[in-house]
Amino acid sequence: MMRSILLDNTVRCVIVAFMALACIGLVLPNWILNNTMFGLARGLAVLGLLLLWRTGLISLGHSLYFGLGAYAVALLEKHTGSTDIILRLVIALTVAGVIGFFLGFVLRHYRGIFFAMLSLAFSMVLYGVLVKTEALGSTDGFSVSQTTFLGWQPASKYPLFLSIIAICIVAIIGVQFYLRSAIGYLTTSVRDNEIRVEYLGYSVARAVHIKYIISAALAGVSGALIAMSLGQVDPDSMVNWTVSGELVFITIMSGPGSVVAPFIGSITFEFLRTFAFEWAPHAWQLIVGGTLLGIIFALPEGLWSLIQRLWTKKGKVL
Amino acid sequence: MNNDLILRVRDLHKSFAGIIAANNINLDVANGEIIGIIGANGAGKTVFVNMVTGYLKPTSGLIEFDGDEITGINPRDITRTGACRSFQISQVFMTMTVLENLLVAVSLARQDLKSLLKPLYSDERINECEQIMRRYNLTEHRDKITNTLSQGVRKLLDIAMAVVSKPKLLLLDEPTSGVSSEEKFDLMDLVVNALKEQGTTVLFVEHDMEVVRRYVDRILAFYQGEIICDAPPDVALNDSKVIEYVLGESRKSTYENEQTVRAGYA
Amino acid sequence: MQTAITVFLDGMTYASYLFIVSVGLTIVFGVMKILNVAHGGFYAWGAYSAAYAIGLAAELGFPDWFAFILIGLSSMFVGIVLGVLVERLILRKLYEHEEVIVILATFGLFLVLEDFILLVFGVNPYFAYQPMVFLGSVEMGGIFRDVYSLTLLGLAAFVAFACWYVLNCTKWGKILSTVIYDREISLAIGIDVKAVFVWTFVVGTMLGALGGAYIAPTISVAPGIGIDIIVLSFAVVVIGGMGSIPGALIGALMVGNLRAIAVHKFPEFELFVIFAVMAAVLMVRPEGLFAPAKIRRI
Repeated sequence: MMRSILLDNTVRCVIVAFMALACIGLVLPNWILNNTMFGLARGLAVLGLLLLWRTGLISLGHSLYFGLGAYAVALLEKHTGSTDIILRLVIALTVAGVIGFFLGFVLRHYRGIFFAMLSLAFSMVLYGVLVKTEALGSTDGFSVSQTTFLGWQPASKYPLFLSIIAICIVAIIGVQFYLRSAIGYLTTSVRDNEIRVEYLGYSVARAVHIKYIISAALAGVSGALIAMSLGQVDPDSMVNWTVSGELVFITIMSGPGSVVAPFIGSITFEFLRTFAFEWAPHAWQLIVGGTLLGIIFALPEGLWSLIQRLWTKKGKVL
Repeated sequence: MNNDLILRVRDLHKSFAGIIAANNINLDVANGEIIGIIGANGAGKTVFVNMVTGYLKPTSGLIEFDGDEITGINPRDITRTGACRSFQISQVFMTMTVLENLLVAVSLARQDLKSLLKPLYSDERINECEQIMRRYNLTEHRDKITNTLSQGVRKLLDIAMAVVSKPKLLLLDEPTSGVSSEEKFDLMDLVVNALKEQGTTVLFVEHDMEVVRRYVDRILAFYQGEIICDAPPDVALNDSKVIEYVLGESRKSTYENEQTVRAGYA
Repeated sequence: MQTAITVFLDGMTYASYLFIVSVGLTIVFGVMKILNVAHGGFYAWGAYSAAYAIGLAAELGFPDWFAFILIGLSSMFVGIVLGVLVERLILRKLYEHEEVIVILATFGLFLVLEDFILLVFGVNPYFAYQPMVFLGSVEMGGIFRDVYSLTLLGLAAFVAFACWYVLNCTKWGKILSTVIYDREISLAIGIDVKAVFVWTFVVGTMLGALGGAYIAPTISVAPGIGIDIIVLSFAVVVIGGMGSIPGALIGALMVGNLRAIAVHKFPEFELFVIFAVMAAVLMVRPEGLFAPAKIRRI
């Protein structure tokens, strides 16, 4: 099974592309390196949302898991002093996964606008708690120290960059493996016809629940990595509803076509935001919002469809 | 317990907010029988099919399938015990190809985790699906997205998907509705022959009496939620109550005419 | 006792203001099936244009009472200009899209409106205290309240009555009910659904802007004021039932009073309690406390 997944075209392209990125990373100026790191890290959460979107679900509350991952890192450091990357990631993954598992029992019965609203409510509950609790950092949040690797504290951000690349590769392979499997194909099946899935003898609720847990765990890891790259956590840029909106925005912008799309979309978003902020500090939201509207109208299948079109024109078929 | 009995229904009753949709339904179905369910619109045929397959929960009564009680169990579990169904409006995955539809059906039919985690496209599974497609004349549509197909082909796919798990009992809800009259017999020939080969017991809801007469061993006629006649086709289609309540006046005259014509030929 | 009265008055004031904003949101959802995130942007636009106009009028030497007229005018201005523009240019093209995609489009619109404010009004906060000063304050059982925030209760009552009257006693109301019930049938019997949508959206936008305009004199009108109000009105609308006007009233009363109690007694639960109630309502009765039962669960 592992062999067949390594033979997969997308996976091979991803591995080559990421290796190249890792090499280029050595010579990239700091700001580009930073943006790429944020883009890749956020891409993980978007990858999770892509799974849900392919089922026809949009969560307006994934900042819940994003925030849980980020705060897990900060609180781990505050209470135990540990800054180790493995410990940070494991705890973020576990917290987000477990909460996703429990909330999944409720959310798996909801669709459409009700799914979106209930997710929103759950994430705003966490926001409400964080903002008003002094022990959890209140509106200021916490600062997060530099990540250590089994006791080694590197001088540059490059090792963290490499770790993010490695995690993204693992996530892409995992999700691709899942989507290729019979249970992963249920993603589209559930969106198309829930009745038929039930009458084939499989529980629609369970299929949705599995996807929900995967997406929660991915968002948790994503939040943790952003916290590590950024060096701080706070409720307004990690947990507020605008964060969820942003994640869904990147999902739509990337398009549902491929597991690589979220990362391309997310890096594009990061640069778009940086440039917009640079050129027009008071109008960057205008540029970002306008882009979103433009994509919904002109590119309903997202950036990925654009890339696909360009590739097929060159005679290569993905 | 009679081993030959596949479905046993006792005193089945269903009412929606005071309106009775099924009343006092008693039925024994033997293994391998092919049964036609007839009745006017609103007579309770689909309600009956829905109750047997778990889409609706009966208000009271008992349904036993293959010796086990399945009353009020959800569709998923009933499917797993081996009673499957097709739908009046075909329920297929509209944005997927015919092959993908069948692949999903085949991999879910296995019911084990290993099969679910295996890549959907495996040679062994594709072979299995190609066999099914050959049997149901779907081969030429293999890679077409289902929402581009005609109603008749979708119906076939719908039935094929219900059959992949080799069910012991299959309920077909109006398999020929929306299918052109030329295609009707071809479709039913295909389906009934394939099912007979598998030894599947079939109950199907049908409005076309020609279709019913040609394939069934036994007819259940529904009127106002009750079975008013349960007999072989020759008896049932001549039953006065069936003629009055199911076939209706206009049908009766054509039917009688046909009978005369046939009698003349004989 | 004094605290009880304070909590009650705070709760009612807050509820009134939430109701005015949320009722606009719920009308748009009920008729057009659009959950409009950009409503927060309309609220902010209402607040900014009213604050700007009041400030300008004061500079030009207009009497203080003139501010009330300006509040009305600026919310009408925002409602008509932005409402028509947004409906014509954007929403009209989205009607056949999935409802979640439409939410996202309105989120994009929200971002655009937020920054558009910065471009037009700049980044510095506005203060339009004139109407508050003009009305002064009263003493009730040892508590001093400014009269202005009490008039908010009256305005909310008026909006509630007007909605009830239009829906139940006019031809307009009948047309609206038909469109809400079935869009296709309305088209078939000759109702100009497009026109109904434009009018509904303008009225909804106007109410959002009115909420912002009326609250403007009591707050500092600064960037980002639309962010919090929109999730709060989502909570109100969801609790009462999306698309239901009495639902918006009940939702606003619940959220307003819960918040007031929390602020005075358990300040750390201020936001938590609102969204916990929202989640609880969605879990127990997803269609909301007041909407006709139509469950989307499978």
